[in-house]
Amino acid sequence: MRHIISILLENEAGALSRVAGLFSARGYNIETLTVAPTEDASLSRMTIVTWGSDDVLEQITKQLNKLVDVVKVVDLSEAAHVERELMLIKVRATGKDREEMKRMADIFRGRIIDVTDSTYVIELTGTSAKLDSFINALDAGLILETVRTGVSGIGRGDRILKV
Amino acid sequence: MMITGAEIVIRCLQEEKVEHVFGYPGGSVLHIYDELFKQDQIKHILVRHEQAAVHAADAYSRSSRKVGVALVTSGPGVTNAVTGIATAYMDSVPLVVLCGQVPTFYIGQDAFQECDTVGITRPCVKHNFLVKDVKDLALTLKKAFHIATTGRPGPVVVDIPKDVTALKCEFEYPKTVQMRSYNPVVKGHLGQIKKAVQLLAEAKRPVIYTGGGVILSDAAEKLTQLARKLGFPVTNTLMGLGGFPATDKQNVGMLGMHGSYEANMTMHYADLILAVGARFDDRVIGNPEHFGKEQRKIIHVDIDPSSISKRVKVDVPIVGNVPDVLEEMIKLLDDGFQADPAVADWWRQIEEWRGRDSLRYKQGQYIMPQYVVEKLYEVTGGDAFITSDVGQHQMFAAQYYKFDKPRRWINSGGLGTMGVGLPYAMGVRFANPDMPVACITGEGSIQMCIQELSTCKQFELPIKIINLNNGMLGMVRQWQEMFYSKRYSQSYVTSLPDFVRLAESYGHVGMKIERPEDVEPALRKAFTEHKNDLVFMDFIIDPTANVFPMVAAGKGLTEMILAEDL
Ligand SMILES: Cc1ncc(C[n+]2csc(CCOP(=O)(O)OP(=O)(O)O)c2C)c(N)n1
Repeated sequence: MRHIISILLENEAGALSRVAGLFSARGYNIETLTVAPTEDASLSRMTIVTWGSDDVLEQITKQLNKLVDVVKVVDLSEAAHVERELMLIKVRATGKDREEMKRMADIFRGRIIDVTDSTYVIELTGTSAKLDSFINALDAGLILETVRTGVSGIGRGDRILKV
Repeated sequence: MMITGAEIVIRCLQEEKVEHVFGYPGGSVLHIYDELFKQDQIKHILVRHEQAAVHAADAYSRSSRKVGVALVTSGPGVTNAVTGIATAYMDSVPLVVLCGQVPTFYIGQDAFQECDTVGITRPCVKHNFLVKDVKDLALTLKKAFHIATTGRPGPVVVDIPKDVTALKCEFEYPKTVQMRSYNPVVKGHLGQIKKAVQLLAEAKRPVIYTGGGVILSDAAEKLTQLARKLGFPVTNTLMGLGGFPATDKQNVGMLGMHGSYEANMTMHYADLILAVGARFDDRVIGNPEHFGKEQRKIIHVDIDPSSISKRVKVDVPIVGNVPDVLEEMIKLLDDGFQADPAVADWWRQIEEWRGRDSLRYKQGQYIMPQYVVEKLYEVTGGDAFITSDVGQHQMFAAQYYKFDKPRRWINSGGLGTMGVGLPYAMGVRFANPDMPVACITGEGSIQMCIQELSTCKQFELPIKIINLNNGMLGMVRQWQEMFYSKRYSQSYVTSLPDFVRLAESYGHVGMKIERPEDVEPALRKAFTEHKNDLVFMDFIIDPTANVFPMVAAGKGLTEMILAEDL
C-alpha cells in the first residue's frame, strides 16, 4: 500500500542523509521525498511517499522515530489528508499543437508560465495521480522535459503535526 | 575564563567522571593530547591500532556500568575505528568516540587525512556530531554521553575539527540536557503489563527468553527474582548469558543456532514466550516461517519499540526500561501467583529433552576444545571474566563456561567481529582491575589484533589467552565440511607463528599444551604461579571438533543436527 509519511525533524546538517540512509540501509522504498524548513526555522518538514505492507510501515515509523534528529512522525495516509505535487513540464508548442497544448493545460487547470516560439512551460499542481494523467494525456513526442517536486501532504481539519 | 576547545574536551570528560580513555594520537588530535598530558585525572591507554581502542572501550563498558571512551585521529584513525564502532553498535554498547577532523576551513577539500567521518559512521552509530563551533563543544559532548547511555544504548561519535580544539571560549558544563527530538520511553504501559501477567498465569507451556537487553539494563537481579517466582524455564541468547544463573535448574541453557537441544525445543513448543531484552534474530529462532508454525502467545519487553514485531508478531508489546517493567510484573505477581498445573507436565517434557544431553562430547587422544573450557571453568571457579573472539571457540565458550553473573561474558554477538577477544580482555581488565580475565580465542582470530600484546605489556595486564588452536578457521571449516562437501576453500591457516615464542618476544609467558592430561595443570599454573603475568596458552586441539547442536542456516529451530546423529 502507498503511504505518505510526514516527518518533523531538526533542521541540522546531515538530518536528511540520516533519513535517506535509513531507507536505503533497510531496503525501504522511497517514491518521492521533499523537505524544507517550516515556519519555525529550527525545524524541517519532510514528506516521504513510500509503499509496503503494514508490517514494513510499522517498522519504517519506528525506525524513523529512533533517529535522534527526528521530532515527530505521522503516517498521513492513515486518516483524512490532502496531498499536492507540483510539476513543471516543457512541451513543444508549434503549429496546431500550440493551441492543443493550451487547451490541455486549461482542462487540467495548469498555467502556462513560460512561452517561446516553439515551447511552453506548464505549471500544474495536484495529486500525483492527476500529474500522471496529464502526462498520459499529452502526445509523448511533444514532452521535452518534466520536473516534479514530489508530494507534500498535510492532515485535514484538526489533524495537526506540530512540536 | 576562556579556555581552548582541547581543554574543554578534557574538562567535559572529567565532568563525566571518565577515568580511562583508549586512543591513538595523530595530527588532528594533537591539541587534545597536549591537554591530556597536562593532567592526571584521566588515564590514557595507548593501544597499537585504533580498532583495538574502540574494542577495549567497548568491553570496558560491557564489563562495568561505565561509558567507554575512545579517542582517534582523523582519516585513517577513524577508518580503523569503524570496525570497533560497528561492533559496539550491533550489541548496543554505550560508547563515546572522539575523532579528530581536519580544520573546518579545509573540510571538503580532500585535505591530508580528511575523511567524511559523520558520513562513514552514520549507519553504525546511535548518533554522531560534527562540532563546527567551539561554543557548541561542551553541549555536544553532554548530549553525546546522554544519548549513548539512555534508551537503547549505543556508540556516539563526536567529530572535532582541529581548529575547534585550538579556539577559545567560556566553559560551562551543562548540568542537564533537554532534546525535544530525543525522549526514550522508560516506564512500561501498566495496562500491557497487567495483560502480560494474566497470560503468565494462563500459560501451560511457558518459557522466559532473555537477551542482551537484560545485561545492558542491569536487570539480571529482577529477572532472576521474577523467574523464580514464576518457576518457568529460562533460556538465554548468546548476548544474554549471565542474565539468569547458568547453574540454576530452571535454566535450560543457551538457545539458537548452537543452543542446547532442550532450549531450542522449549522455545519452539512453548505456548507463551516472555521475551525480555531480546530480538528474535536469525541466529536465535532460525527460519521464521518454521518458527511461526506453532500457535503461541508472545509478550515482548524491550526499550526499543523497533525491536518489537520486527521479525515475529507480538501479542503483548511492552516498551520500557527492562528492570522497571520486571519490577512492575513482580509487584503484580506478589498478589498471589499460581502457575497453571499443566506447567508441571511441561517441566517433565523439558527434563526428557534435557536427558538427551546434547552437549556431550568424547575426550579422546587429542585435546577437545570443550574440555579446555570446562577445565577453565573449574580452575577459575566460574568467576572469571571471559572474552572471546568469533568462531567455534566462541560457541564452545558460550556452551561450556557457565555464567552465573551478568557482564562476565564479553563477545561480539551482533557483528561477529574476529579480533575483538584480546582488546576486549584489555578493556575488561581496566574496568575490573583485580579480576581474572581470560580470552578464549582461535589462532585465526587472535592474529587479527595480535599487536595488542604490546599494549598488554606496557600496562602489565595479566590476561590469560586460551588459544584453541586447530590450525583451521574452524567455523568456516565446519560449514564447508557440512554444506560444501568438504571443499576446504581457504579455511586452513598455514604459516602459524610459534605462539610461545611470540608471546615471549613481547615479554609475556607462553605455554604450549598438547596432551589432555596437561590441560588442567597448565591452567592451574597460569592462574596461580603466573597470576600476575599475561600467559599465552596455545592449546593444540582436535582439528576435527565441531560445534553441536547446530541449526543450519535457513532451518527451523527444532531441526537440529546433534553430535549423536553423526
Ligand atoms: C573480521 C571477520 N572476518 C571473517 C569472519 C568470518 N569467520 C567467522 S568464524 C571464522 C573462523 C575463525 O577461526 P578461528 O579464530 O581460528 O576460530 P575457530 O573457529 O577455529 O575456533 C571466520 C573466518 C569474521 N567473523 N570476522
